[in-house]
Amino acid sequence: MTVPRQLTIKHAMRLFHFSSYVAICLAGWIFQNAQAQVLPLPDQGKLLATSGVSEVEGTGGGGLVPWAVITGYGSENSYGFNAHVTQLNTQDYQLNTSGIAIGICDKLELSLSKQEFSGSLAPLNKLKLSQEIVGVKLKLAGDLVADQDNWRPQIAVGAMFKRDQGINGLEALGVTNVTQLGAKDDQGTDYYVSATKLFLAQSLLLNGTVRLTKANQMGLLGFGGDKHDHYQAMAEASAAYLLNRKVAVGVEYRQKPSNLSVDHEKAYYDGFLAWFPNKNLSLTLAYVTLGDITVFNPKNQRGWYLSVQIGN
Amino acid sequence: MNKYVKLIRIALVAATIMVATKPVSAQESTLYNALGQESGISRIVDETVIQILNDERIKSGFKDTNMKRLAQLLKEQFCVVAGGPCQYSGDEMAIVHEKLGITSAQFNALAEDLQAGMEKCNIPFAIQNKLIARLAPMKRDIVTVK
Repeated sequence: MTVPRQLTIKHAMRLFHFSSYVAICLAGWIFQNAQAQVLPLPDQGKLLATSGVSEVEGTGGGGLVPWAVITGYGSENSYGFNAHVTQLNTQDYQLNTSGIAIGICDKLELSLSKQEFSGSLAPLNKLKLSQEIVGVKLKLAGDLVADQDNWRPQIAVGAMFKRDQGINGLEALGVTNVTQLGAKDDQGTDYYVSATKLFLAQSLLLNGTVRLTKANQMGLLGFGGDKHDHYQAMAEASAAYLLNRKVAVGVEYRQKPSNLSVDHEKAYYDGFLAWFPNKNLSLTLAYVTLGDITVFNPKNQRGWYLSVQIGN
Repeated sequence: MNKYVKLIRIALVAATIMVATKPVSAQESTLYNALGQESGISRIVDETVIQILNDERIKSGFKDTNMKRLAQLLKEQFCVVAGGPCQYSGDEMAIVHEKLGITSAQFNALAEDLQAGMEKCNIPFAIQNKLIARLAPMKRDIVTVK
């Protein structure tokens, strides 16, 4: 009984430390604005494009990989929020995601998003899977822009709390929950650490992420499975080259576990082009490869991904 | 006597090699050249100052500043960080900004004005980034509102 209690205390202390940091930052910011007698407004104080875009699970990042950036253009003394919609169409499936996120003091990020996955090829043309994701990310160290004279990346840790919303379209087979397809659970949590380095003199951004996860197809097919039911560390990476102030091109890779015998899950890849016309809008176009989604349709699924983010 | 001449020759060759292979300064003078040397940097700073004085986010912070002197110091500083043959005659960044209460947002606003200034001077984006990369670490000394 001692070990869990120690763990709880340690966790509580850490949580207390984090929340006091954020509280101090927020209090300082409110005080500053109260003195100036103005309504606190987002300051859009970051450089264009340094907020990243909305990742497919709602956090700030690339398209498929969470980055160590805090979403939005709020600087260390402010905040920024945004909303996004993303659509990905492969030969036989479609994924729609939408969500909202806020970045506070360039330190803490909170996000809410929903993913809806549907089939367009019989017999799965009525299939609908969906999940809701609550994301929390905390920047721990580094300064993406200032650290140009050393090798230190910006580092953040995060968690994604995911819950499946049930399965539609397979009622005829009596299947209404992902656990009936072999998943051990219909909810789960991903934990990740991301390191993002901007090599400004080379106009290059590199990101590496390690994610502890049990999620099958990001969680759309549940968590854990008949093959494995333990957390596995997955490697994810992004590279982006800045063509000009408003346009970045890049590639991404995301390793996946393979927990289900009905899904020989494969890594995701994409090549992307992101356009930042201003700090209120970004558009990301990508070509994505998802691998085969189920053994019942062993075709490699690939297609276009378009994401729109509005915010400040 | 012969020995003496030989030694001088060796010393001269060594000195030539040292001058010719000074890799860091050779590389740095490339950025200085890419920015258009002294006249190019001078134009960049003049354009940047125009941007600053029209920037609603930060222009009030410069209302008591001798902009002519500021421009002169920026020219010297950019020349030095770009590897040019200049001397910076101003005070250290930390001392100058100690009591100004500058925020990260203000620092970045000035960086954006510099980008716009370089854009006006047709400096390629990749070269703009090289200069900003050398100035960016100064954020630690300039931004005091944490």
